[in-house]
Amino acid sequence: MSDPSKEWPLWEVFVRGKGGLSHRHVGSVHAADAKMAVEHARDTYTRRLEGISLWVVPSAQITASDPGDAAALFEPAEDKVYRHPTFYSIPDHIKHI
Amino acid sequence: MDKLATYALRLGDDSLVAGQRLSEWCGHAPALEVDLSLANVALDQIGQATHFLALAGELEAKGRDADALAFRRDVMDFTNCLLVEQPNGDFAQTIARQLLFSHYQELLFTELAASKHARLAAIAAKAVKETSYHATLASDWVTRLGDGTEESRSRMIAGLDWMWRFVDELFVIDEIDAAAIAAGAGVDKSALRPAWDMRIDAVLADATLERPAPRRPVLGGRTGRHSEHLGHLLSQMQFLQRAYPGATW
Repeated sequence: MSDPSKEWPLWEVFVRGKGGLSHRHVGSVHAADAKMAVEHARDTYTRRLEGISLWVVPSAQITASDPGDAAALFEPAEDKVYRHPTFYSIPDHIKHI
Repeated sequence: MDKLATYALRLGDDSLVAGQRLSEWCGHAPALEVDLSLANVALDQIGQATHFLALAGELEAKGRDADALAFRRDVMDFTNCLLVEQPNGDFAQTIARQLLFSHYQELLFTELAASKHARLAAIAAKAVKETSYHATLASDWVTRLGDGTEESRSRMIAGLDWMWRFVDELFVIDEIDAAAIAAGAGVDKSALRPAWDMRIDAVLADATLERPAPRRPVLGGRTGRHSEHLGHLLSQMQFLQRAYPGATW
């Protein structure tokens, strides 16, 4: 296991907790292929009734934003409060919003 | 012990010894994820054993619970099939044992879930789902190892060859089975063999492996004639209750 080139590739694991919820990222597993990744994800992350559905995605297929670009990407949103839908009054009888 | 108690005891001993043997991999598997997979299967099987042994103790009605049956019997009193006590060997040998046993258990529990004995039926109905996963997991690994590298292939062949002589015992029925079948409680295991053969042949075909050559079957587990391996397994599993009888925590 010490030679990284011989290790199985890494897969990111997403679990849907129950019907209607989104899949959430919960961690990662090593596996030789997608089928093994689903089995490893099942055995690693759904042992305690955490989920009803699994996604696995090769970690190498994920493109991340560059932390160095964080200022340009995210900070411009800081002073744009009008983008939050907080200016609407919600009638009392509307639940779940 | 009456015959139905012995019938439940055998089911419990199969699951207990299979789970205990598999749990020896904990901390030693080829990868962390595989370690978890094997430990999950082992825990499932020990869970099945708890239910079957508790039932056996109740049917016996001599005050022995599942713990007493698991930890305070000697080797000749164990009624598990010889297959499950076989040593883990390398990973392929362990997977070979799991393949042969889990497909047998899945077929058995599927039938047992329709038992007229409500408790047996309930335990089997719960166990069959997890056992189905065990069979799938083992089948996948046999395919990977058999159709893998030269080394994994030769190890998979050797593992199947080691375990093969213990297959016939799984499907042997005796007067204990006959009584349970007559009462509508038990399963005719001998009738499961064709379905088992079809399943194993399909996995072997996927794995590009030949079925091992027929071997002279080794029998005796059901009546307490075990291989030398079971005593060592029990000495570890039962150490605490042997050293400190009745200890609880």
